[in-house]
Amino acid sequence: MTKARHKRVALEVSLAISEAVKLLDVDVISAYPITPQTHIVEGLAEMVNNGELDAEFIPVESEHTAMSACVGAAAVGARAFTATNSQGLALMSEILYIASGLRLPIVMVVVNRSLSAPLSIWGDHSDIMANRDIGWIQFFAENGQEALDLVVIAYRVAEDERVVLPAVINIDGFTLSHVIEPVLVPDQRSVLEFAPHRVHQITMDPDEPVMMGPVGIPEIYTEAKKAQNVALVSSRAVIDEAFDEFGKVFGRRYRAVESYRADGAEIVLVTMGGISETAMTAVDRMRRRGQKVGLIRLRVWRPFPFEDIRDALLEARAVAVLDRALSFGGCGGPVASEIRSALYNTKAKRKPPVYSFIGALSGRDFTSDEFARLVDRVRDYARRGILPEYEMVGVRE
Amino acid sequence: MSRFPSWKELPLGATILDAGNAVEYETGQWRSERPVTDETKCVACGVCWALCPDNSRVMYKRKNPSPQALTDFYYDFNAFYCKGCGICAQECPMGAITMVPEER
Repeated sequence: MTKARHKRVALEVSLAISEAVKLLDVDVISAYPITPQTHIVEGLAEMVNNGELDAEFIPVESEHTAMSACVGAAAVGARAFTATNSQGLALMSEILYIASGLRLPIVMVVVNRSLSAPLSIWGDHSDIMANRDIGWIQFFAENGQEALDLVVIAYRVAEDERVVLPAVINIDGFTLSHVIEPVLVPDQRSVLEFAPHRVHQITMDPDEPVMMGPVGIPEIYTEAKKAQNVALVSSRAVIDEAFDEFGKVFGRRYRAVESYRADGAEIVLVTMGGISETAMTAVDRMRRRGQKVGLIRLRVWRPFPFEDIRDALLEARAVAVLDRALSFGGCGGPVASEIRSALYNTKAKRKPPVYSFIGALSGRDFTSDEFARLVDRVRDYARRGILPEYEMVGVRE
Repeated sequence: MSRFPSWKELPLGATILDAGNAVEYETGQWRSERPVTDETKCVACGVCWALCPDNSRVMYKRKNPSPQALTDFYYDFNAFYCKGCGICAQECPMGAITMVPEER
């Protein structure tokens, strides 16, 4: 195993993703443009047009068709890629379930954007949370480097014989997709050695006909869903293996749950996506003021890392989760809900209260000062024994 | 189908590997009414055969051919596939088919 060589270049994060797709020698790209995902597929269209990438670029009339074309491509054994967000992801929804149900290792980037109405092109996680249960492996990237790396990792995991499931990499609309960052671009040989194109899905072949997507009669459907869920849950071991191997080859080590100064922290923040970098700055500032505050960042959202969450949070005095999506009339924050679920089913005598905050919707700034105010509020609530179901922060009354 | 596969045995995506295996599925189990054919009324015109959505109208040799019978065969149903929809009984121009409740 040789170490990868890297070239350090300034790249818009969207184009860093296009670059990753090129390095992975993807066979089929099918996409429909939607802000703020456009630059990724524009970049890929250019690469295909210039002959830099030998792939079929299928321009389609909708996201529903974009995903359908990816399903068809993966069903004949091609490496397929697409990208979308918000309304496009919603329109794709029907086929997203089919991609995972048919066990096709498609990789997609979702450039997280709010759902209409009111119409908004800005970033939050409401699009992917509306499609939380699609049965795909789901990663969240915090910066351009991670976005590029996770695309590489996603193909390796998705196509693994023990997994054979589609995977999605979430990046924040605009705050990630449209910023230019210094990115280490690995050499293609290392990328393809790490993630060679493997075909373990059942494929369509005129010489050996099969029937894909048949009716799952009541005697079959439950077994099919059990098999699919077991594959998703056990993909975690394959993800960890890939993170480990990736660290050795490329020198960047990822974990499903990343901990930042959380050891011995009394109040632990939980975030997901690009806002985690602001949260880290906030933690540094609070630590400098002597406050025992730490941070947990979720990199793998599905399969949900229950055990890691228990290990990371059970010792805390209080947990504050910032969700960038709202489950209307329900639990409030989808991440907070999962964390409560992880902490509830444990024999631990003491469980920290989980404070669920909804904020940074539709690209609204959430600064390190606001994280500090959040922590102050949690400390106050914990002292007074107040435990709201959830709370929307930064709302004008 | 004698036995359904366990979740571990099921091919990826519940894909059917032996194409055309629907012939093994006994849709006749869904039937709540069976089409009973009066052989003496059937003139073997084939209307039921043409209209049956499940190809479940089959030619049988007449058991008691009357001297007036024009053919030595008539149409009756295939119990393995017939779902008992009743289209044959509705459409038979001779009124030779009656839907009778299945009692087992």
